[in-house]
Amino acid sequence: MAEKVLMKGNEALAEAAIQAGCRHFFGYPITPQTELAAYMAKRMPKLGGTYLQAESELAAVNMVLGAAAAGVRAMTSSSSPGVSLKGEGISYMAGSDLPAVIINVQRGGPGLGGIQPSQADYWQATKALGHGDFQILVFAPSTVQEMVDLVALAFDRADEYRMPAMILADGMLGQMMEPVVLPEAHDVAAHEKPWAASGHKNERKHNIVNSLYLTPNALESLVVERYKRYEIVKANEQRAEEYLVDDADVVVVAYGASSRVARSAVNKAREKGLKAGLIRPITLWPFPVDTLKKAARHVKQFLTVEMSMGQMVDDVRLAVECKVPVSFYGRTGGVIPTPKEVLGEIEKLV
Amino acid sequence: MKDLNMLLAGFGGQGVLFAGKVAAYAGLIEGRELSWLPSYGPEMRGGTANCSVCLSDEPIGSPLVTNPNVLIAMNRPSLEKFVNDVEPGGVILLDSSLIEIPVEREDVTVCRVPASKIAEENGLSGLANMVLMGKLFEVVGFCKEETLDAALQKCIPARKAAMLDLNRKAIALGRAS
Repeated sequence: MAEKVLMKGNEALAEAAIQAGCRHFFGYPITPQTELAAYMAKRMPKLGGTYLQAESELAAVNMVLGAAAAGVRAMTSSSSPGVSLKGEGISYMAGSDLPAVIINVQRGGPGLGGIQPSQADYWQATKALGHGDFQILVFAPSTVQEMVDLVALAFDRADEYRMPAMILADGMLGQMMEPVVLPEAHDVAAHEKPWAASGHKNERKHNIVNSLYLTPNALESLVVERYKRYEIVKANEQRAEEYLVDDADVVVVAYGASSRVARSAVNKAREKGLKAGLIRPITLWPFPVDTLKKAARHVKQFLTVEMSMGQMVDDVRLAVECKVPVSFYGRTGGVIPTPKEVLGEIEKLV
Repeated sequence: MKDLNMLLAGFGGQGVLFAGKVAAYAGLIEGRELSWLPSYGPEMRGGTANCSVCLSDEPIGSPLVTNPNVLIAMNRPSLEKFVNDVEPGGVILLDSSLIEIPVEREDVTVCRVPASKIAEENGLSGLANMVLMGKLFEVVGFCKEETLDAALQKCIPARKAAMLDLNRKAIALGRAS
């Protein structure tokens, strides 16, 4: 096995992207993701890649669009307020069927908010990142190792389904260090991109990458085709981790940083003899509906824990079709819930 | 100690993040599960800074240490802020050159180390953090002796190699204190 190294989440995300064949990074600084861009600034020139600090988030995301249209693996990263600015470009990418990876190391909001960890961009990432009918893949790592693994997967799936993919992290995961095994560089050529606007050399018809369709029927049929692809994504790409769920009466549902707090709380509950478990969504879109439906057959109560006022909880209720009560506990604004608080909520439900 | 759930706290610039990193690398070298989480933002620019380090043989849940079994307090505000969060049976190490107030708890072990004074008297100004880490190693034994030195070597980049022996000296003084 490869050697474990100690790395900050932000730096590990950057290195993983490089190993996944990303040679084009366009960003704009913002706490708490800046180490990612700084790492790219150091590494990219040595690899013959492009690191560019754009004049704004809008410019950065549209540079990603341009690079993706040319068929290369491109990435941008930001934190909550910056991702809001990038929403327009992401909608254009979705409308142009372009693969790219966007990283959001979330901080408290709304507005400029704060700089401490938050999960209040769940709705934004999964439902309303920009205008129009579209989805992007959303991956939610909970360890530095998983950040690394999911970046590679995000690039692969983005290419496969021709759609943008997001890593939805937060300030805690970005700033913390954990042991990590870095991946081997992997084969980018596996994904051919015959649609790329990369120069036809008079050998083929020129490609056009575009999101403007003025004829309603033409636009409708394109969107409908895209939604058929989304159905395939929903069928194939749901991911979740189940922890002590089999015999559990109360199952906590939490992703990312709050799932770590929840895991500690579940362990404490088990020490007290309480039958608690954890379902940790790894993909937020597609949401792991199947895992929740299966658990709903025997679980008596669900408790959703988030670092927000309650966003994913809606998707949990939809997934279990309100057949089982779903309650919510959250802290927001950059406050991280404690295992003790979550344990208290579990005890109320047992 | 089976699990180390340590909170290190002080002023920005006292080296709490660095000291935490040494403990984290010790965990890495011994193949343990670990996490290192700094506070970030305005604290780093002269206010209070703190850092959570967990070492365990089980996967780490929350990396944010809210009830430490070890608190290293390098200034009075940090002690006052966290003293009541320490688990019963836990350890509080404090720099008694900077903290004159008593610790009003009977259920924890308190080590008052004049770390800043020891460092300054030995020409190791700025290494009170490592004096305290030396003491921590004596009191808690969170890793093997050779691991501690290997961790230190990992944390000091080649271009600052001259700092290695100074850090070693500070650790030795802390251990002997």
